[in-house]
Amino acid sequence: MASVEEKVKHIIVEQLGVDEEEVKSEASFVDDLGADSLDVVELVMALEEEFGLEISDEDAEKLTTVKQAVDFISSHAK
Amino acid sequence: MRSINLRGKTALVLGVANKRSLAWAIAEALGEAGCRLAMTYQGERLQKNVSELAAKHKNSLMMALDVTSEEQADGVFAAVKSRFGRLDYLIHSIAFARREDLEGEFRKTSRDGWRIALDISAFSLVSLSNRAAPLMTEGGSILSLTFQASQRVFPNYNVMGAAKAALEYSTRQLAFELGPKNIRVNTISAGPVPTLSARGISGFSGMSAHHRKKSPLQRNIEPREVGDTALFLCSDMGSGITGATIYVDAGYHIIGL
Repeated sequence: MASVEEKVKHIIVEQLGVDEEEVKSEASFVDDLGADSLDVVELVMALEEEFGLEISDEDAEKLTTVKQAVDFISSHAK
Repeated sequence: MRSINLRGKTALVLGVANKRSLAWAIAEALGEAGCRLAMTYQGERLQKNVSELAAKHKNSLMMALDVTSEEQADGVFAAVKSRFGRLDYLIHSIAFARREDLEGEFRKTSRDGWRIALDISAFSLVSLSNRAAPLMTEGGSILSLTFQASQRVFPNYNVMGAAKAALEYSTRQLAFELGPKNIRVNTISAGPVPTLSARGISGFSGMSAHHRKKSPLQRNIEPREVGDTALFLCSDMGSGITGATIYVDAGYHIIGL
């Protein structure tokens, strides 16, 4: 079974159309991975769907890097 | 398998942004019933997503459309006419307001912010209906998507509430004018669905949770339910309905407390 981190990274690769090597822990979606605001919303929604959880607007705003997303999912996923 | 058959019919669907869009669910429902689809996308950014949907439906037509451009709108209807000969259904599932106009104090909406929101979200239904009507030579059905913020206060919905009120009024006036041509005009008032545009409303997740808790059906609605309602309203099963705002909101709109 894939770890949360692997799953999250896989979704980022798919949603943002970037190479796996680029998806480093500290990478910022907007500054490093070239995401625009729509990409970020779509990414958050894809994460919600994959992990069956709801990410509030307030929480979503705090998810700006790969690590923040992985940490959030790890601590909230059922 | 859907029991409504729309073979030989053509729909023009505006507002597919991605697979979570209500327009996507409506296009799927109509397409599965055998309806031919013409779909428009707003800007190159969303073209890829619409192509994905178009690829699933044979013979579909895909065009860029920014509804603030008269030339582009003329071009879209000319293309529909030359490709399909006539039009049966127009699905208007688009709206826009600037981010800064969807939070904070409504009274601070700028003139430009008001103009843009009402132009794209409400005027477009009027001007597109005017273009669609001459192509609906065998009658037709025009559908738009609204939200209950047209009637009641939803914090942060602000200028979009004004736009939706204008849209619902326009639905009635258009229904009156187009009735003699057997063109029906209705609007679906959907409960909160996590679409790309809904996520732009500040506090959306809280609003969604509140609907789930308070609505008679005690849940949020699925995009598919909006697709099914659109299919029913377009088909002959809805032939007696025009000028209506139909709530697909798990019943939330009847609740006082």
